[in-house]
Amino acid sequence: MDALDLARWQFGITTVYHFLFVPITIGLGFLVAGFQTAWHRTGDERWYRLTRFYGKLFLINFAMGVVTGIVQEFQFGMNWSDYSRFVGDIFGAPLAIEGLLAFFLESTFLGLWIFGWDRLPRRLHLATIWAAATGTLLSAYFILAANSFMQNPVGYELNEATGRAELTDFWAVLTNPVLLVGFPHTVFASFLTAGALVLGVAMWRLIRRRGVDTAAFRSAARLGAVVVLVSGLGVALSGHLQGQVMTDVQPMKMAAAEGLYQTSQPAGFSVFTIGTLDGSDEVVSLRIPRLLSYLATGDPSAAVEGIDDLQAQYADRWGEGDYAPNIPVTYWTFRLMIGTGALAVAAAAWSLWSLRQGRVPTSRWLLRAAVALPLLPLLANTFGWIFTEMGRQPWVVFGLMTTAAGVSPGTTATEVALTLAGFTLVYGLLAVVEVKLLLRAIAAGLPHEPPPPEPGGRPAGGDAEELDEDERELAFAY
Amino acid sequence: MELTTLWFILIAVLWVGYFVLEGFDFGVGILLPVLGRTDKERRVLINTIGPVWDGNEVWVLVAGGATFAAFPEWYATLFSGFYLPLFLILVALIFRNVAFEYRSKGSGERWRARWDAAIFHGSLVPAVLWGVAFGNIVRGVAVGPDKEYAGTFLELLNPYALLAGLVLATLFVTHGALFLALKTTGDVRRRANQVALRVGPIAALLAVAFLGWTYVERDGARLLEWYAVLAVVAALALVGALVAAHRGRDGWAFAGTAATIALAVAALFVSLFPEVLPSSLDPAWSLTTTNAAATDYTLTIMTWVAVLFTPIVLLYQGWSYHVFRRRIGVANIPDDEPAPEPHRPTRPAAARS
Repeated sequence: MDALDLARWQFGITTVYHFLFVPITIGLGFLVAGFQTAWHRTGDERWYRLTRFYGKLFLINFAMGVVTGIVQEFQFGMNWSDYSRFVGDIFGAPLAIEGLLAFFLESTFLGLWIFGWDRLPRRLHLATIWAAATGTLLSAYFILAANSFMQNPVGYELNEATGRAELTDFWAVLTNPVLLVGFPHTVFASFLTAGALVLGVAMWRLIRRRGVDTAAFRSAARLGAVVVLVSGLGVALSGHLQGQVMTDVQPMKMAAAEGLYQTSQPAGFSVFTIGTLDGSDEVVSLRIPRLLSYLATGDPSAAVEGIDDLQAQYADRWGEGDYAPNIPVTYWTFRLMIGTGALAVAAAAWSLWSLRQGRVPTSRWLLRAAVALPLLPLLANTFGWIFTEMGRQPWVVFGLMTTAAGVSPGTTATEVALTLAGFTLVYGLLAVVEVKLLLRAIAAGLPHEPPPPEPGGRPAGGDAEELDEDERELAFAY
Repeated sequence: MELTTLWFILIAVLWVGYFVLEGFDFGVGILLPVLGRTDKERRVLINTIGPVWDGNEVWVLVAGGATFAAFPEWYATLFSGFYLPLFLILVALIFRNVAFEYRSKGSGERWRARWDAAIFHGSLVPAVLWGVAFGNIVRGVAVGPDKEYAGTFLELLNPYALLAGLVLATLFVTHGALFLALKTTGDVRRRANQVALRVGPIAALLAVAFLGWTYVERDGARLLEWYAVLAVVAALALVGALVAAHRGRDGWAFAGTAATIALAVAALFVSLFPEVLPSSLDPAWSLTTTNAAATDYTLTIMTWVAVLFTPIVLLYQGWSYHVFRRRIGVANIPDDEPAPEPHRPTRPAAARS
């Protein structure tokens, strides 16, 4: 493998790994904030204990999201310096703004939340987790703005003299149609992921730790299930809009999602295919007529352009070359994304049914579903990103720069191989540690300590009180 | 003022913020095995920076992002050129950050000892390597006509840059020790003060040597007199810090090392201007604030964003330091959480995954 392939593998591995943690951070941040708000409103300690329990899972996950995120920001310059030179004028701004608006907000307020239980008035302490959660949303918006430019470059012009793409309309970058549908899709998927985690963990506790904190985990399970169902609907609807935008701006990716070689009107959608995807040696294929036309355009009888026609058009426009992505990869990741996501929704619906009218689930099959629930959305997210990034190939910025042209020219294959091996090793090691810690925290169950006292107003004889405060144990310490 | 100059200053400010803030938490991390003799003492150390280290680290992410946005060519050359040092910094930061969060979530001596090692190395390695990186930026590296770095990894480990690494590490240790003297009580506080007084003079000697060498290295730089003024004041601030530490004035001492780091970093940027990455091969190939910059349009947008949001960030980050202003000591550290309930012997197969 040369430096280009290795750099691509490195980007793929580190990004997929990073995005295991990100959706949990986004979704679970808000769900924990919701638990704490419920405690604040009702005074019911069940919500406080759930806040601490899921808050701990949130923090174990958050740490990994942060450290793997730093690698992402450095990686553009390290492995993709020509890409960075070419688009830096446009791409750098959302990254810098993400840091200034989102990362500071997340990290500072999360620090306040973790250590502030006995340092801040309860209302203010509640506000810190909402601020941190808001930070994660802002972060998602700006990084998706940057990614959307790569899918559908807008608001720029090519400067012949400098040989780079230059920003002409920042508002266009922030309202890129790909971003406007991709952002809700990502956020819904994040809530689905976090809801499934809350539900799966609660179901596991209900079944495996029968009689322990049943009321609290029933509440958590039901809430998690509802979040999954609602988000599932949101993911599907935003995904449908996304498909239409994609057909508009990246028709090749849509054709690749189906492995549709010939332009068809109407076009069917194959649920799966055994054999080759170009029809030359097809064994079995289950097709739903007109579905691809509907997915791609919203109109079940519309024409959908095929790979062969698009290849000819692209060759006319950009010269000789292969403009189709890796079809088996796009075809299968597209289906697996939808399939694993749908399975998670089905498992959530079944779990919710098992909890009806005060019931407590017992079935071994539900236990298996509980274990699968947190994992299925992670798979769906991964397949989704692999689909959308691989579907953009051979471009790194669609229509402007190929991936091959973006790689750092001065970096040797040995160097990239070294860092690729290094990151993979470190990430693998930390995955084991992280899972161990999560399982340990889940096994430990809800905390039993009462909520820490609120820092009171200082009484008149302040000195004695002050001394007391100095001697007191911290409500939370590393 | 030209926007490119403004952004050169803003990026300098971000690095100043990063080194002043993360500098002390790196220092605390390096001092963990020295000042933390028992597990509770080590937890005292870690908890002084617990609520703030993550916010401190964001300064470097924003510095990186801002460099990407304002000077894409600088970002591209620097990050691809300093490839292996940056990789090592990343791995160090990964282990260190995870260690803070995970260390207390397990018990057992081996578990904690490993994370303690991660915090120590994860603080020492970036402290030295950021110094090496800055040394190379100031001295200039083999930038070719295509703006790419044409040198090797070993060329980055030249004596001047290695000295810069030593300076930064010893400064951070002093800074971290003074931070601990300010934020802890009892034995830890006393020992932290002693360490500062012992390492401080070494840091001062190294820093003076480095700043003097820089004066020679940057001979002919446009703002060399200003550099000299800042460098001298930085050295004086360090002496002031050590005098204050000797007299037990913890606050002034810490302010002194903060000023030293801020002034020294500012001095280095002043010595560079208007270059951002000098080429050791041919001055014509050097990256400058103009030939590495983004367009005026991008810089204008970024300026508005910075003007609007930086004050807000400073306000809430300052507030978080205020919330956690109290000193902590061994008495404030709660005992370990009890171990989780033991697993039941009869586990169905499905739960094992």
